[in-house]
Amino acid sequence: MALSGDNPLMGEEENANETAPERRYELRLYVAGQTLRSVEAFSNLKKICEEYLKGRHSIDVVDLMENPKLARGDQILAIPTLIRKLPEPIRKIIGNLADTECVLTGLDLRPRKS
Amino acid sequence: MSSSKKSTPVKQLEKVPTGIGGFDEITGGGVPKGRPTLICGGPGSGKTLFGMEFLVRGAREFNEPGVFMSFEEKDTDLVENFSSLGFDIDDLVARDKMALDYVHIERSEILETGEFDLEGLFVRLGFAIDSIGAKRVVLDTIEALFSGFPNEGILRAEIRRLFRWLKDRSMTAVITCEQGNGTLTRHGLEEYVSDCVILLDHRMIEQVATRRLRIVKYRGTTHGTNEYPFLIDEGGLYVLPITSIGLAHKALTERISSGVPRLDTMLGGEGYFRGSSILITGTAGTGKTSLAAHFANSVCSHGEKCLYLAFEESESQMVRNMRSVGVDLQPLLDNGLLHCHAMRPTLFGLEMHLVGMNKLVRDFKPSVVIMDPVSNMISVGSAAEVKSALMRFVDSLKMEGITALFTCLIFGQHQDLTDMGVSSLMDTWLTVRDIESGGERNRGLYVIKSRGMAHSNQVREFMLSSDGVRLVDVYVGPGGVLTGAARLARESKDRQEEKERAEEIGRKQRGFDIRKLSVEAQVAGMMADLSAQEKELEKIAKEEANRKARADRELAELARQRHAD
Repeated sequence: MALSGDNPLMGEEENANETAPERRYELRLYVAGQTLRSVEAFSNLKKICEEYLKGRHSIDVVDLMENPKLARGDQILAIPTLIRKLPEPIRKIIGNLADTECVLTGLDLRPRKS
Repeated sequence: MSSSKKSTPVKQLEKVPTGIGGFDEITGGGVPKGRPTLICGGPGSGKTLFGMEFLVRGAREFNEPGVFMSFEEKDTDLVENFSSLGFDIDDLVARDKMALDYVHIERSEILETGEFDLEGLFVRLGFAIDSIGAKRVVLDTIEALFSGFPNEGILRAEIRRLFRWLKDRSMTAVITCEQGNGTLTRHGLEEYVSDCVILLDHRMIEQVATRRLRIVKYRGTTHGTNEYPFLIDEGGLYVLPITSIGLAHKALTERISSGVPRLDTMLGGEGYFRGSSILITGTAGTGKTSLAAHFANSVCSHGEKCLYLAFEESESQMVRNMRSVGVDLQPLLDNGLLHCHAMRPTLFGLEMHLVGMNKLVRDFKPSVVIMDPVSNMISVGSAAEVKSALMRFVDSLKMEGITALFTCLIFGQHQDLTDMGVSSLMDTWLTVRDIESGGERNRGLYVIKSRGMAHSNQVREFMLSSDGVRLVDVYVGPGGVLTGAARLARESKDRQEEKERAEEIGRKQRGFDIRKLSVEAQVAGMMADLSAQEKELEKIAKEEANRKARADRELAELARQRHAD
């Protein structure tokens, strides 16, 4: 499948930017087939990571159409769902990740608005 | 939705039996096949149990594997909770008859950042269905999704899609929903499920809880619209079908002895009709229970089963008490022919009693059921409710050809009136009445009615002794109707009078005899005198004849001596 094909692993580039201390981000994106929303979510995620997490993240894309069993483990209901496996605690961000500010808040890259 | 509405055929839906006791009867076969059914109810109303039993029975009895998707309880908790009902879910899961999937939704973990759908849920459900080839699906409680996802618009669209998806896959689905305030479901899901909506209710009436089930909607089929009471016990759910029963029971002509020979005589000589209902009314302490125990004893000694529902006495108390009137119930309890079920009526609601009793009847299969006393039921319901409950119970027993005997305590002067007006439901009505006179209390037994048989119109005195119940004729005479000691006194007086009369007659007879003898003696004396005179007369006549003959002879001699010629 195309999405997992160009699944990039950009963890080696040590390029800390102005936010947060040196923490590795381990992200997993759940999709179900190549829907428009999934493709959008992936490109949005990639963009955000490039910008804010350059060099200290890994993205793992899981297609539930191929591995339906995996949905149970992470309690996936909504598609697409982005899971921040690391750093703890686990966080779930659903939707096509179009709202960058929201995603950054979810990843704790921005202080939460009260 | 509108498209699926149009596609719904008008003809009777194909149905799938749930296996839940009584439910299939009131729905005429179960839930619609290949369609979602909505189960609404408040907390603790038995929604999860309904769903689980639907799956377990489906897997066990109808060989239809099922998926249980829980949004509330963890799968391990479910397994534990239902093992107490004898549902071995682990075993069913191991045999691929059932799949459990616990969907955990934690609002605080989820952040929404744009458009999404619930494809993940579909994938999970689809996977679970495919892994065991499921025919049945339970979603318990799908409304939990509303607390997990903020975007209600998307959620509604997705739930609608889910129901359609289930329908497309021909899954017979049970979807549970929390009841809303004034609406069937909190989030209006009944809009999406058009075929079958069932409401479970757990109501408190005067501190007594009653569970009820109502079919709100069942497209394309006839169904009862009443509220049906149901019970949750160690065997699962049990719904009591009530309206399916009409007055269609077959009247049996076979008779069954009442256990008191003299009472049988009063009832046309052979006792009660089998399958009829018998009411024994009486004030306190008139021996209603003793009559019932005699009946139970008689039934069991003929090798038939009797169910004794005691609402006043415990089993051992009853055994002890009945021993004092010469009925030993213990051996019958030991050999299992008699089953005594003692409970307080206030233990739970009337409907629950009814369901419970029906279940007992169904499990024990007795040929006779005794309820002692039915009047205690009034403590858990109004007279009208008790009547309707009893009517249903009596009807269901009649359908089975089970003879039912009820005792009923009555108060005060209106001895012919029962509290609940149940007497009209009964085929045979006996009443035991106190007859108070001469400083003592005695019991009189009447047969007030007995449908379909020539029965006695006589009052019998009803006596309890260590040898059992005895019916004796009351004294009916110039002194009125007397019982007890008065009857004995009157009878003895009567006997005395009779004796005196007899003696008088004897005396007169003897006087006559003597007189007769003396007259006869006189007659004999006169006859003797007469005959003596007759003899004397004969003697004289004879002597005269002799003298005459002698004179002739002498004359002749004289003539010869004179040589006359």
